[in-house]
Amino acid sequence: MNRVLRFLFFGAVVRTVVLILLGLNVRHRERLPVQGPAILVANHNSHLDTMVLISLFPLRLLPKIRPAAAMDYFLRNKLLAWFALNIIGIIPVARKTEMPSNLTSCRAAKPVHPLQGCKEALKRGDILIFFPEGTRGEPEQRAKFKSGIAHLVEHHPEVPVIPIFMHGLGKALPRGESLLVPFFCDVFVGEALHCTSSRVDFMLNLEQGMEALEAEGGFKEWE
Amino acid sequence: MINLAVKPNVVWAVGGVFSLLLLASIIVSILQWRNPHKDYRELRLRVNSWWGMIIVFTLAMVLNRKLSLVFFGFVSFLALKEYLSLIQTRRADRRVLLWAYLAIPLQYYWIHLEWYGMFIIFIPVYAFLFMPMRMIMIGETKEFLRAAGTLHWGLMVTVFSLSHLSFLLALPEDHNPIGGGAGLVLFLVFLTEFNDVAQYVWGKLLGRHKIVPKVSPNKTWEGFLGGVATTLLCAWLIAPFLTPLSIKHSLIIGVIIPIAGFVGDVVISAVKRDIGVKDSGSLLPGHGGILDRIDSLTYTAPLFFHFMRYFYF
Repeated sequence: MNRVLRFLFFGAVVRTVVLILLGLNVRHRERLPVQGPAILVANHNSHLDTMVLISLFPLRLLPKIRPAAAMDYFLRNKLLAWFALNIIGIIPVARKTEMPSNLTSCRAAKPVHPLQGCKEALKRGDILIFFPEGTRGEPEQRAKFKSGIAHLVEHHPEVPVIPIFMHGLGKALPRGESLLVPFFCDVFVGEALHCTSSRVDFMLNLEQGMEALEAEGGFKEWE
Repeated sequence: MINLAVKPNVVWAVGGVFSLLLLASIIVSILQWRNPHKDYRELRLRVNSWWGMIIVFTLAMVLNRKLSLVFFGFVSFLALKEYLSLIQTRRADRRVLLWAYLAIPLQYYWIHLEWYGMFIIFIPVYAFLFMPMRMIMIGETKEFLRAAGTLHWGLMVTVFSLSHLSFLLALPEDHNPIGGGAGLVLFLVFLTEFNDVAQYVWGKLLGRHKIVPKVSPNKTWEGFLGGVATTLLCAWLIAPFLTPLSIKHSLIIGVIIPIAGFVGDVVISAVKRDIGVKDSGSLLPGHGGILDRIDSLTYTAPLFFHFMRYFYF
């Protein structure tokens, strides 16, 4: 039943909103993975980000596409939790904002790693959507990436990481707003990245890949 | 048998348009076949997009009038959205933009009511006065004039100008017994778009002397004049078939449309150059965005409409 609802939601509601109300300018669509496992890494400004990323793929891949999302936010009440887990299909991630970006010291003490769900999904061959900023933040501004993604890649060195830069969704539906204002959204897909010997190098590559995509659009700041 | 909402002449004219398109597709295929090493992808994309646009346009026009109103309203929506996504809007004005979008259903609703008085002043007067007021309520004064000015300019181009096409359908049918409102729309849209193509083709064939080098370096006097001549000939040939235009008036319109179309085209080019983009979007493969396609219409539609209204309605 929930599977059917998820198909209906993404097939009818989300596609209408994303393709008609908003509209996408997609560059380098051919760089999107055609099968899992893969990790899509994107900047995060709006709840619409996940909807747009899922709409980039054909519906038959829908069961494979899983966004990683903050447990404290999406599981805060029963109804939202049902919707997030079954319809959006999120993988809950325990997010601790006060935790230092270097996760290694705390990891040993924890029985279950916060990214355990993501690891299992990649093992199943899913396409994981990951927002390394960890939060939507200020509209149309990219915050520094957290290094959880590097940890994930280290555990799955064979999985390609595809950086995707999106622009416009922070204008359409920024954090704290409930009214959607239509804007065309730019989606720039980058070249796939792979695991490197050190985490620092990987994070550097990822940030650079993202900056290059952002520069491609030459967007001005939104003020 | 479906009851078509248009006159037989319009059906014939639509048939003519499809034959032309078929001819274009055949020519592209022959070109590709004779020069297998040359890349005609861009041209093929363009023709394919034409197929899509003309099929949707025909369905919207032929089936019924409400549907064509919704169709034109939707085109205005796409154009306004493209415009607002391109220009530098202010963060504070996010909700003001929602009101700008609301102007679209209202403007097309006046057309549905055939309420000419409201249709003609709604955006130039009421929207013009309302938008700055709504901005004042938010209170951000930095860049206020730029924001208010660009927003209203966008509404005028994408909603007000374009909606004149739609009002042609609301003009009384008995003044144009051979073509009806749909005949006028088809006449205008065909001449405007055909003029675009003709100017492009003449420019490619003979183009030498640049006409507005700073704005649009690919436009030439040869292309422009070739377009005027071609459109003049078409107007003279087609007018008796779809419109009530006298021969003299059809010749005048045959000059107004290519000149206005050219101006509309370069005005949008100037906007794009100002913003720093090549195409306004990627909605129509081979053409660019919706603004790239309707740029000429934003000038020809109001001019043709008021010419017709003054002399014939």
